Amino acid sequence: MDPGIIVQYLFNGLMLGVIYAMIAVGFSLFFGVLDVIKFSHGDVVTVGAFSSLGAAGLAGGLVTLPPVLALASGIAAAVTIGALVGVIIGRVLVLPLRHAPGVNVLLATLMAGTVLREAIRLGVPNGGNPKPFPALLPGGTIKAGSFSVGIDSVMILVAGLLLVLGTHLLITRTRFGLAIRAVAQDGEVARLSGIDFQAVVLGAFALGSALAAFAGCMLGLYYHEINFNMGVLLGVIGFASAVVGGLGSMLGPIIGGFLFAGVQTLVVVALPISSAYKDVIAFAAIIILIAVFPTGLIAERRSERV
Amino acid sequence: MSSIPSPIPVLSPLRMQRHPRVVVVLTVVLLFAGGGLMMHAESQIQVLGLLAAFLVTFAIADRTPLGQEIAAMCGDYGGFANGVAFVCALGLIAVFHGEHYTLLVLATVALFSTACIALNLQLAFAGMANFAGAAFFVLGSYTAAVLTAYSWIPHPLILIVSGLVTGAIGVILLLPVLRTRGHYAALVTIAFGLLLRSLLEVNDTLGGPQGMKIKGFSVFGLDFNRMSSIGSWDVSFYLPYAVLSISIFAVAFTLIRCIERSWIGIALDTVRCDETAASVFGLSIARWKVVAFLIGNAVIGVAGALYGMMNGFVTPNGSGLGDSLLMLSIIVLGGLGNFWGAVVAAMVILVIPEKLQAIQEFRLLIFALLVLAILLFRPSGILPRPTRDLSRFIGPPGADA
Repeated sequence: MDPGIIVQYLFNGLMLGVIYAMIAVGFSLFFGVLDVIKFSHGDVVTVGAFSSLGAAGLAGGLVTLPPVLALASGIAAAVTIGALVGVIIGRVLVLPLRHAPGVNVLLATLMAGTVLREAIRLGVPNGGNPKPFPALLPGGTIKAGSFSVGIDSVMILVAGLLLVLGTHLLITRTRFGLAIRAVAQDGEVARLSGIDFQAVVLGAFALGSALAAFAGCMLGLYYHEINFNMGVLLGVIGFASAVVGGLGSMLGPIIGGFLFAGVQTLVVVALPISSAYKDVIAFAAIIILIAVFPTGLIAERRSERV
Repeated sequence: MSSIPSPIPVLSPLRMQRHPRVVVVLTVVLLFAGGGLMMHAESQIQVLGLLAAFLVTFAIADRTPLGQEIAAMCGDYGGFANGVAFVCALGLIAVFHGEHYTLLVLATVALFSTACIALNLQLAFAGMANFAGAAFFVLGSYTAAVLTAYSWIPHPLILIVSGLVTGAIGVILLLPVLRTRGHYAALVTIAFGLLLRSLLEVNDTLGGPQGMKIKGFSVFGLDFNRMSSIGSWDVSFYLPYAVLSISIFAVAFTLIRCIERSWIGIALDTVRCDETAASVFGLSIARWKVVAFLIGNAVIGVAGALYGMMNGFVTPNGSGLGDSLLMLSIIVLGGLGNFWGAVVAAMVILVIPEKLQAIQEFRLLIFALLVLAILLFRPSGILPRPTRDLSRFIGPPGADA
């Protein structure tokens, strides 16, 4: 096969991997601090994409802004609104329900995701149809032999990689990260050591949701189209990546995200079937990966006391 | 609660106690009459009025001593009340024998209630969330479509085969995640639902987005779709479907109620409440989860197969995550583990959006918010499952102390 095409696929896989990793980190954070699975996370991605579209469109409509400022306002809106939605869901739904049976939390967050999805579908004008996303990044392509890639795509990929790295450093190197890890290990002991439990939990929700919302913004910039129900697939893939990488660890979901993207890209390249089956393959891959790595690549070390 | 005096002195508990069966019959007849009116109602005012009446009735049953008394009585005479309910349902069919639309709604409510009872078996008894209920339902319809088109299997057998197929696929899906704890089963069902929907949409042999036609149900040379009269009575061709749907509901109801009452039900409750304790007592967690999942999905498949045959076609449309969540909303609204609650909720969730065009578009949003409110403020549901009371087997509490 032509090396340029292989590099192209590699680039696509990396791109998908970064986005999946950013979503999966959120699942792992929430599971770490509260032992809950928050299934509305995928729809926070959609919320991020739509708020950046709204902000960029609004800013561009009122005054003629240079694309840089429109982009900045879009990203700011996505991150702020995403984090806010995450904190509200955490405060109103997940914290009060954390002692209820796990199924209730699962159902509640799935329903919260439905509320977000339907609110976007009904609230955004013509929200049921795919929306074009403006190209806010500089155009132009980099060419190397038969391989060509847009400058915008490279910028998105670099930004995503930097963010994933930054989150990893935030969790492992800062006081806030230390507090999150302490709460994740043992909430009660963390509280006894003077950590504000609720603040840390909500901080983790804000962090994870802001990452997901930024991922939504990146998706819009990369694919130039967003859709009200794109969060369902991304949420399931993000959760599967987090599970395969190992829920409760920080590096696991990042590896899981890239692994998942790798499998998806490989299957699309290797199997001679129509691209209509792309989603079918993604879901089949989820089921198979979960079946093969039920406790994750980096298994959480814990013993059960009865 | 007990300090509030009964507001209606004429129906004081003393007089009611003397004729409990009469009270039960009157209550059930009243409820079914209300349900029949709801399914038949055409103007929006009527529907809103009936909805208000339903809420008032519910408030009375929930909050006043009289209502609690009547509810307890219906619970004590559960088998009798269920029998009366079956007769009342047949009565409704007889009343509406010529109305196509009302009978279609009635059969739909019966079949979705059947599926929701099966979901109850999985979620409320065994504690396994099945987020692909609608997918298994549609899978049942597709199985029926393929079997009616390409085989000569008699139609009653097709219903059973559809149940076996959906049950088997469910078990194949579940087997890999049985070794694990936590919510991998939930993730796998979500992924399966989405997979099935996208597969059905892109696969041309199963009709793609247009779906497939299904032949009508026929048994012993009696084609349900051609039926226009019984004796000298002109009837809608939906009448036999309504009767069959209600019979299937009754069979599923009895089957799952028997499971609940038997030692299988106790084993399922134990597995749900405390897996560690259950395995200490020698219960195989994996086995009981498989049993609940298998039976539940099989029942959903049978209901889906008949639903498809009644409609004459099936499309991938009904199999999305939203529809599965709507099914779960039904059982959460009705109260986890409460079968009649599921029937009431199925009627509210299926019929109200059909009748009130204003909320048709918003139905997912409204019901999702409603479920959130219930999970937060009344986690046991509108009509909670009664606590299992085994005291009659071991004597009154404190007897051997």
